[in-house]
Amino acid sequence: MRNLFLSALVATFACAGCKHGPKAPSNVIVVGEYGSLTGSEATFGQSTHNGLSMAVAEINGAGGIKGKKVQLVNYDDQGKTSEVGTAVTRLIAEDNALAVIGEVASSLSIAGGQICQQQGVPMISPSSTNPKVTETGDYIFRVCFIDPFQGYVMARFATNPKDKGGLGLKRVAILVDQRQAYSQGLAQYFAEALKKLGGQVVATESYQGGDQDFSAQLTRIRDVKPEAIYLPGYYTDVANIAKQARGLGLTAPLLGGDGWESVQEIGGAAVQGAYFSNHYSADEKRPEVQHFVDRYTKQFGKSPDSMAALGYDAMMLLKNAIERAHEGPLPAWRTSVRDALAQTKDFQGVTGKISMDKDRNATKPAVVLEIVDKHTVTAATIPPQ
Amino acid sequence: MTPRPSVSTPRAIGASLLPLLLGLCAAMILELSIPQGSYVEKILFDIGVNVILAVSLNIVNGLTGQFSIGHAGFMALGAYGSIVVTYYGGYAIFGDVLKHTTLSGYSLYFVSLIAGGLVAAAAGWVVGLPSLRLRGDYLAIVTLGFGEIIRVVLQATPPVLYPSEMAAVPGWERVLHLGGALGFSHGQSYNSLGWTYAAVVVMLLVAYRLRESTHGRAFLSVRENEIAAEAIGVNTTRYKVAAFVIAAFFAGIAGGLFAHQLGAGTASRPEEFNFMKSFEAVIMVVLGGMGSITGATVAAIALTLLTEILRSVQDYRLVAYSLLLIVVMILRPKGLFGTREIWDFFRKKDQP
Repeated sequence: MRNLFLSALVATFACAGCKHGPKAPSNVIVVGEYGSLTGSEATFGQSTHNGLSMAVAEINGAGGIKGKKVQLVNYDDQGKTSEVGTAVTRLIAEDNALAVIGEVASSLSIAGGQICQQQGVPMISPSSTNPKVTETGDYIFRVCFIDPFQGYVMARFATNPKDKGGLGLKRVAILVDQRQAYSQGLAQYFAEALKKLGGQVVATESYQGGDQDFSAQLTRIRDVKPEAIYLPGYYTDVANIAKQARGLGLTAPLLGGDGWESVQEIGGAAVQGAYFSNHYSADEKRPEVQHFVDRYTKQFGKSPDSMAALGYDAMMLLKNAIERAHEGPLPAWRTSVRDALAQTKDFQGVTGKISMDKDRNATKPAVVLEIVDKHTVTAATIPPQ
Repeated sequence: MTPRPSVSTPRAIGASLLPLLLGLCAAMILELSIPQGSYVEKILFDIGVNVILAVSLNIVNGLTGQFSIGHAGFMALGAYGSIVVTYYGGYAIFGDVLKHTTLSGYSLYFVSLIAGGLVAAAAGWVVGLPSLRLRGDYLAIVTLGFGEIIRVVLQATPPVLYPSEMAAVPGWERVLHLGGALGFSHGQSYNSLGWTYAAVVVMLLVAYRLRESTHGRAFLSVRENEIAAEAIGVNTTRYKVAAFVIAAFFAGIAGGLFAHQLGAGTASRPEEFNFMKSFEAVIMVVLGGMGSITGATVAAIALTLLTEILRSVQDYRLVAYSLLLIVVMILRPKGLFGTREIWDFFRKKDQP
């Protein structure tokens, strides 16, 4: 029994170890995707994947790119660096991906980007907003704005006088999630922009993502009487913070970033009237947006968040670049796609008009959304700097 | 466990040299035969790191019978310790942070791995001294807390300095710029399979020779019965601390290798070293059989491969992984090999 069991185990691994991934036929364009389909940021990864696969279905439905069908190969990375390395290596070396669509979390996009850069494979990150992501090298792009801009957007909105569509505030407290680089970065850029625009950071407190009790930090924030509280964290924590802040009698408006997506569903009454910066607004009247929202809602039974929209845009932008690139054998083709991506100008995406700047970041407007009931309403649109 | 006599020190060194040389040759063959940037290379790399992690934890959890669940904390210290040496140390020596594929560059990497190991070992000593007077659950809680403290402190560090910013920050203060939650990602990697498997070979030899030595027997006596060990004159606290320091050193080496991801740059972020990483190592040790070196090795290899094989079932990967673990633990409650080694299965069954 024991020996049987052991040899069965060994045999299983031996068989599985020598199995190779499916080799793509030559009339197919392979696009790789790595994302957190499981793990703590799985909701973002799944939304991105939904948007991506919808784009791929649309492209293939319309006859593919230059007559070739697109095949999306995706691997789950559990939100771990080492898994990202394996997934990206496999996409490049085994699946021969022409290009790779990156992660949501910036640190993971950097880890994957290093490999793509080294192997000369173009990578587009749909929604990693940390500036360091595209600093990895000239093969790394993104379709979202970057955190310095996002911080500026909210600072601008907060300090703009009321008659110019802003909130007319000066004194803001910040509560930052030390566990997330995203939150650390956003807090820093917001504070810098706020000071430049004549505002003042009256308190900076921190927490660890996943904490349940924020009363100590919120009490200290209450003591300095801020006019608003900036919460650059993810929606689950933000909802908890909002509820406890209201419980402690803090009535100052809450401000946040794109990590707030879907906070209204769990924040309830506590987040009413709060504002956050985001990539797009589903209530926009542009035909691209309406077409996307309708199709997505029909297919997945819920309205698309901005991760889905960015995933969709990343794929569509890639399609646009592949169409402009010179087809050929792999290494050269990849370089050509990279060059085409770098020259992207005024691409009409769901999340706005996208142009690549010299640092391979998308320059595009951002929206500020206000939470009303279970929905969000566009409160302002801030153009690129 | 077969009751074999422990081996005297000079003979032990002699008996280690040949396997060491053979092992290093095998590592060199791997280095030369596996194409760089390939999928196989990446998986072999992950396996190597996990083997070091599991076998080192086995010294504490398996041989000495202490329950540590903060191994990722030591790994984190080793990772950051070694990146600091290759990045900031490299800047101090070469005047830039680029990869130096010369003898001095690779010596720097060697020194960085050792330095990472020493930092972790020092932490192992500091944690070990007070906490190893605790037992069982209480020790587990302290080690868990230690691992989390390391992670939280690393998250609060300021951003990594670019070469252009180095001048503004005086010497030693630079090493505190560890990148915060984003991680230390723009160092250069000197790593390859040769390095990784050389470390694996050293780890396995040290673990095996250690267990067969007088000190190893003392570890085992602590595991089997602490009071009896004390009664025959074994300084149990000292041996427990020693086990912790050795295990931490190798966890630090594993961290250094892990941080210098293959080929590309460095990738080390605090969140990577959370308690889940510690538990992964504990699972490998328990699955392999507490105290079995080959057991921990085989479990580390099997579990690393398993996560790769299960990649094809996508979302259900973690469910399948957990189910398999449960099944194995039901069928073999003492782990795959129990306290025995793989070669014990091929010997004549002269004992239960």
